[in-house]
Amino acid sequence: MDQLLQHLINALILGGTYALLGIGLTMIFGIMNVVNFTHGELYTFGAYMLFFVVMVLGLNFFVSLAVAVVLGIILGAAIEFTLLRPIRGANIDTTMLVMIGAWIVMQNSEQWIWSGIAKSVSTPFPSDPLVFGPISVSYYRVFVFAAAILLIVGAHMLIHRTKLGKAMRATFQDSDTAALMGININRIYTATFALGSGLAAAAGALLAPVFVVTPTMGNIAALKAFAIVILGGLGNFKGATIGGFILALVEEFGAGYISSGYRDAMGFLLIIAVLLFRPTGLFKQAERIG
Amino acid sequence: MNRALGLGFLAFLVSIPFWIGDQYLLHILINAGIFVIGAMSLNLLLGYTGQLSLGHVAFFGIGAYTSALLSLGFDVTTFWGGELVVGPQPVWLSFLAGIVLAGLAGWFIGRISFKVRGAYFVIITISFAEVTKLVALNWVDLTEGPMALISIPPFSVSIPGIWEATFYGKTPNYYIMLAIGVVSYIVIKRLVNSRLGRAMVALRENEPLAMSVGIDVTRYLVLAAVVSAAIAGAAGGLYTHYVRIVDPDVFLFIYTVTMVIMVITGGKGTLAGPIVGGIIFGVLPEILREFMGPEAQWVTYGAVMIAIVMFLPEGIVPALTRFWERRKESRDASDRMITGRAASSATETPSE
Repeated sequence: MDQLLQHLINALILGGTYALLGIGLTMIFGIMNVVNFTHGELYTFGAYMLFFVVMVLGLNFFVSLAVAVVLGIILGAAIEFTLLRPIRGANIDTTMLVMIGAWIVMQNSEQWIWSGIAKSVSTPFPSDPLVFGPISVSYYRVFVFAAAILLIVGAHMLIHRTKLGKAMRATFQDSDTAALMGININRIYTATFALGSGLAAAAGALLAPVFVVTPTMGNIAALKAFAIVILGGLGNFKGATIGGFILALVEEFGAGYISSGYRDAMGFLLIIAVLLFRPTGLFKQAERIG
Repeated sequence: MNRALGLGFLAFLVSIPFWIGDQYLLHILINAGIFVIGAMSLNLLLGYTGQLSLGHVAFFGIGAYTSALLSLGFDVTTFWGGELVVGPQPVWLSFLAGIVLAGLAGWFIGRISFKVRGAYFVIITISFAEVTKLVALNWVDLTEGPMALISIPPFSVSIPGIWEATFYGKTPNYYIMLAIGVVSYIVIKRLVNSRLGRAMVALRENEPLAMSVGIDVTRYLVLAAVVSAAIAGAAGGLYTHYVRIVDPDVFLFIYTVTMVIMVITGGKGTLAGPIVGGIIFGVLPEILREFMGPEAQWVTYGAVMIAIVMFLPEGIVPALTRFWERRKESRDASDRMITGRAASSATETPSE
């Protein structure tokens, strides 16, 4: 029972960052119809930027988090502008191949710049855990969870309460009509990609102190993000949020009760199963983002 | 003309070990050849049926592991508790078993994944490859996990009790590679030039239309996946008995990406494309190695891939073919123009 509670708490905390990753990816897919293979690299980028600003420049941890996210947004916008804009309207395979190319370039640049040695980031949080009876959680993980929830709610508000969000939803529904209504589609695409990238960078930066930072950390993160997006249905914001938590639960319990070696396989088996029985995701395909 | 070019190229390949003394160069060529075979098999799916399978390395790895395990012999505790002991099998038999098992995996994954298309298909194939990698890594009883399977026997031929030859050297392995490559090429060529190949292209170009004229889309896709997987398995078996060590790194995603780059660069949906792309990207690393580290090389590959998809989306082979034809056409046209002008001036002169 105690063990069960501990797994549950771990899954909840992990799920927050998974949801962040999934939301960014699902938005980019839903609005732009692009399978974004650079998503994992933006996650890695966020982690390295946090490492750089905190450990090399020596700035305050919370300021550094914000800096990492902003840099992620800028990098995302730059990728959209240079790589995706020139091939707008190309079929999905073409954009996918371009994104795979970008992914290879980014990952190896990271390896080149930072070398393969794992980096760790220290936080201002106390290292001894919070203990509630039989379960224990580190302070930093609680902070990660809170920050992730805040970002998810923030992204949700952005999509539902702002003019930009309204334009995004319109573009998602029917990009041609949206363009006719005077929405600058290109700007919406750039904004979407930048926002999704910012969320990925945030997830990477938040998790950097929990794990270590390596150039290849983005690979498994990207695959998990794909799994989450499939669970929730491509382009489904709520689905991705719930999907993130489901994946975390399955992984945590799979690792705890079946085999820890197969932890990362759980997600893949889950998506294979979902695609077999419910190819459009666990939830009804979203008619619009939200 | 094409046939002559092909045979000439084959003769050139056959002649290579006679005039290349450097064993290291031969080693590079064998490695490149193994990748070319993998790329050819991927091209069947990516180029002819238009399905971007990013889990291709799984079939390569299944072929490699099956062939290695059978030739070494293994014992494993089965799920129902019993113990399964298999003694070392002849290499050729293991190699064939690897092909068959890879083909079966292709059938299985084809049955599952061709229910979906596009992004879903891509992700399900990646997932499959990741699962196979994790199995290779974690089923230590069988695969030795990260400790790798070592001292795998090389290819050999024997007449039992009379004569036996084991191929440790580079030259025989080069010819084995070449033979498997040629057989794979012929299988793929016959397949895509048959009714079946036309059906595949039809469904690549317009799936609803293909269905409406009675093409059983899933059946053809699954068949393409089986053949493609079996050939990739052959490449894996070849690799395993040449390098003679196999670890879970054969499942690295980067190998799938390498094959994709080869196919895209050379020209997907053409028979020669993967060979051209495979030779370029099989040999290029060795040339670039002098000038830059592996990271810089990969950065270059990624950039080349982006550039090719953006500026030369069909790949090198179709672009060259078109260039050739246009040149021929314009030469013919200019010939016609010159003779035409000469003729007209000839008729005009008297009137003046």
